[in-house]
Amino acid sequence: MSTNSPPSRRPGLPLRARLATTVGGAAGRASRLAGRGDGSVIGGVVGLRLKPDLLSLLARGRQIVLVTGTNGKTTTTRLITAAVGTLGQQIASNAFGANMEAGLVAALARAPEATLAVLEVDEKYMPAMLQATGARVVTLLNLSRDQMDRAAEIWLLARRWRAALAAADCRVIANADDPLVAWAAGQARKVTWVAAGQRWHDDSWCCPNCGSHLRRDGEDWHCGECPNRRPPVSWVLAGDEVIDPTGRARPLDLSLPGRANRSNAVVALAVADVFGVGVTQALTAIGQVRSVAGRYTHVERRGCDLRLLLAKNPAGWLEALDVLVPAPVPVTLAVNAQVPDGRDTSWLWDVDYRRLRGRPVFVTGERQADLAVRLEADEVAFRVVGNIDEAVDLARSPAMEVIANYTAFQQIRALLGRTA
Amino acid sequence: MDTGFGLGHGSRGPSAVRLVWVYPDLLSTYGDRGNLLVLARRTRLRGIPVEIAEVNSDQQIPADGDIYLLGGGEDLPQILAARRLRASGGLSTAVGRGAVVLAVCAGYQIVGTEFGGAEGEPVPGLGLLDIRSGRGDRRGVGEITADVDPALGVPRLTGFENHQGMTWRGPEVKPLATVLTGVGNGDGTEGAYSGRVVGTYLHGPALVRNPGLADLLLSWVAGTLPPIDPRQEELVLSLRHERLAAQGATA
Repeated sequence: MSTNSPPSRRPGLPLRARLATTVGGAAGRASRLAGRGDGSVIGGVVGLRLKPDLLSLLARGRQIVLVTGTNGKTTTTRLITAAVGTLGQQIASNAFGANMEAGLVAALARAPEATLAVLEVDEKYMPAMLQATGARVVTLLNLSRDQMDRAAEIWLLARRWRAALAAADCRVIANADDPLVAWAAGQARKVTWVAAGQRWHDDSWCCPNCGSHLRRDGEDWHCGECPNRRPPVSWVLAGDEVIDPTGRARPLDLSLPGRANRSNAVVALAVADVFGVGVTQALTAIGQVRSVAGRYTHVERRGCDLRLLLAKNPAGWLEALDVLVPAPVPVTLAVNAQVPDGRDTSWLWDVDYRRLRGRPVFVTGERQADLAVRLEADEVAFRVVGNIDEAVDLARSPAMEVIANYTAFQQIRALLGRTA
Repeated sequence: MDTGFGLGHGSRGPSAVRLVWVYPDLLSTYGDRGNLLVLARRTRLRGIPVEIAEVNSDQQIPADGDIYLLGGGEDLPQILAARRLRASGGLSTAVGRGAVVLAVCAGYQIVGTEFGGAEGEPVPGLGLLDIRSGRGDRRGVGEITADVDPALGVPRLTGFENHQGMTWRGPEVKPLATVLTGVGNGDGTEGAYSGRVVGTYLHGPALVRNPGLADLLLSWVAGTLPPIDPRQEELVLSLRHERLAAQGATA
């Protein structure tokens, strides 16, 4: 990767765009040297200020995959990159979750020679980023309530996705088990439907097309009032196996835990297939991904093996609670409400914490008081601690699970050192 | 599916408080379940049994509940919920016989006579409160604190609002509170009440930080309430103080 290779080698990049990427790259390096993050956003911001259509220019001539949805964007982007990476080509990717325009610009500018790019995109910006990049593939994972104080409402998002995808010439890889996603992709010209599952149902009881109550039978769903129904699928997540479009089942042998990651993996296989990567080859690469931007990482702390799980919204918490190792292993929960987390902690009441009953639970984070009241209402016993170390000292356990929302997760990683 | 409280099946305790969560499939946007859980907890802590019905929009609203909860929702679900509630009539019947209603955010607008639809077009509400709502110029997003009408004897409200609505009251309807910080109805007041129907723009789990409001609703059903063991109140009160202090206000 190549901050050394001059951006000018990319064919067709006009002078001002070259200048913008060069200056942006310098700003990113300066930011990294100053210790302010990984520098991927500031460079893009500077570049875009000099050249507002920089993203379109950087995307020109490349095959681009966009990955969006409420949960699993960063992980799925990583899995797709691993799978498609087996082709041996350089791939541009915003691997650390900088998923708005500046992050995409930075990712492309960092890899001027890459003809392939796998980019995660914030749900709200997907239509604009699709238009700017002319992406070949758009991957839709799921839609559920998330950071309501700053994000768009999800029915509104689905409507915008639907319009954008109807107008675009791209292949859509979409989760047929999420009715909002299925509806959003419903007018796209080329869709590969994936039965990737849906654990969180509380945002899709009603038909996005007509509003009637949806009827569900296992993973199947249909509207009782209008023709809207689950589309026929070509890829299926079936328990611990993936079934490919030929009907062949293979075990999903992943290093990442949980149903959500099996779901992400099946979606990644469907994307890899578009680029001609076979299932066996893709699975081998996907199976080797062990942690993604610190998520699922194990960290040794004062003799305790901590596993770090990120959960940013109710659907994410549901999936995180699913992968917990059983009691009596203690669990620490950390919740903040800074801008990136959403300033509103109401979502805590959408998470069912009752299954934490009967094991040691520690509570920390800037909004520990909100979390404490929530757990009390669910009759979960807990102790409030100042930080992770205090939880480790009190727990005296060889292992502990940690679930944190976004900035709380970053604070814990900072405390534990960047090994995490 | 039978969503009533088992009338005629002998399962209904005469002294139980019956809570009805109205249309969680349409009106549950962000933590609305909190109001149900808080009411249930505060009732049980007083030794009063609780019966809960969560009634989806394809089910009949039971008319024999004590407290009905309506939550928030996006434009389309809000319009659908209003349409179905008008057609069903169960909620209006219940209010007619003195049931309590707590309606937050989109639910608050629905219990009025009219609210603004997706394109601002007027949509008929249930007319349980003589209020009209429309769309304001900008979204009110953030912490809200407000002083409750002294006649209700409820301490200062603290919560989070996230809406673009403005609400006007008819002559018989009183504002629930006077805004200290935040937007509320858009005219310096917050929420509204008339009889036992209460509406507020505090969204989602509005009762979590406002146990006094929860107890007011309960007292309308169960009469004078015995106090709760102070140890069971500690966490809620400290959350309440923390949030009010963060807004530069006191309890």
